[in-house]
Formats: sequence, structure tokens, C-alpha cells
Amino acid sequence: MNAHDQDRMKKLLQQALPPVEGDPEPGRDLWPEVLRRLDTRSATVPWFDWALLAGLAALAAFFPASIPLFLYYL
Amino acid sequence: MKSESSGVENQLDLFRQGGLDAFEALFRLHQRAVYGWILRIVRNPAAAEDLTIETFFRIHQAHARFQPALGFEAWARRIATRAALDWLRSAHAESELPAELAAPVETDPGVAAEIRSATALAFGRLPPRLRIAATLAVIEQQPQKEVAAALGISVAAVKLRVFRALRLLRKDLASQGITP
Repeated sequence: MNAHDQDRMKKLLQQALPPVEGDPEPGRDLWPEVLRRLDTRSATVPWFDWALLAGLAALAAFFPASIPLFLYYL
Repeated sequence: MKSESSGVENQLDLFRQGGLDAFEALFRLHQRAVYGWILRIVRNPAAAEDLTIETFFRIHQAHARFQPALGFEAWARRIATRAALDWLRSAHAESELPAELAAPVETDPGVAAEIRSATALAFGRLPPRLRIAATLAVIEQQPQKEVAAALGISVAAVKLRVFRALRLLRKDLASQGITP
């Protein structure tokens, strides 16, 4: 495809799909939804936190002597 | 002037530390630009609103990685582009832009409406990463440097993607017996 073909394809594309005009703005205030999204996600505990908790529980079950050590560092 | 720029820097620093008030201030300042950028890619106002929310959510999640020296707008645009690309990849084709948002285009009377329609459909079949480069650089005529920064690639790579998009588009049209 040469430069002339490229130009023709560009013009065709511009006619087929007109660009967005001006400086559009959202039709509603999006901030409340951003906040809601942040609250929803922050309420969920990541999987690695659960894995860490399970590991600590297993360690305490198999080695009860380690419990005072953990409590000391809490 | 100096106090104004130091105020912005302070706001960016507070945002980086996770300050919600600073984040809201940045949201209010940049949401229109982010929405406009996304709308230019997805061409669907409802999807652009959802993706603007997703973008600012991702921005907040990544606040600790933000480097104020790089500028908030370029960083936000890059995250917005990635969110829009994810949307395009999840089998969404650009919908037809509502008439009130479309800029008036001087149509060539020599190009039939069916050819324009076939071109739009063929464009929707292109791989999303080529489509997004062609949309921004050819249809929206954004500076190639900005397109490259938003896509996280070089200007040469943008040119290559546009070239490949146009070549594939021409091939698709040729297979339908349309010779532009």
C-alpha cells in the first residue's frame, strides 16, 4: 500500500466514522459512583490476607508454643 | 503564580499519600478530559461514563505509584486508554456515535453511503490494538506523540499500527468487492 492509497483510506475512514465534536462532558456527576466503587472494593479482603491468616492459624495449631511469641509482637 | 503551582504540587503529593480530598479535587479537574478521551475511543457515551469511573478507580488504586514529575493528565490518559482497550477487547465494538456528538464531516459525493457503512463495519472487525491507534490518530487526529504516550508505545509503533490498520481495512473492503 503506497502513500496515495493510505491517504485515500484515511479520508474514507474519516467519512465513515466522524470524530467526536468539541469537548464533551459526562451527562451526570460520576463522583458518587467512584466513591461507591472505592467503598465496595475496600470492604473486600484480598486473598493473600486470608492466606496469611490461614498460615498463622495453622502455625499456632501445630506449634502452640509460638502463640506467646506472636502475642508479644502484636 | 508560584503559589498556584506549588498548590497543585501539594495536591499531587497529598493524592500520592492517599488523600481522598486531593483525589476528589483531581477528579473534578480532570474528569471531563478523561471522559472525552475515552469517548473518542469507544464512541459510546454510556460506556465512556462507566469507563471514566473505572479509570478513576484504577487511578486511586495506583496512587502510591504516581510520580508527580510525569504529570497527572498524561498518567490518567494512559490508564484511561488501557481501560478503554480492555473494554474493546471484551468483544465490544464501537457503537455508532450519537449524531449530537459527531462533528460535521464533509462527505465526498463520490463515496456512496453503502461504502461508508461497509468501511465502518470493517473497521469494527480490526484487532482492538490497531483500531485504537487508528481511531485516535486518523479519525480523532490526535497528535501522534500523545497517542504514543497514551498507548505506552513509540511514535514509530503508532505509525506502524495505523499503517497495518489501514492495510487490513483495505483488504477487508477488497474482499467485499469494494475498491476505495
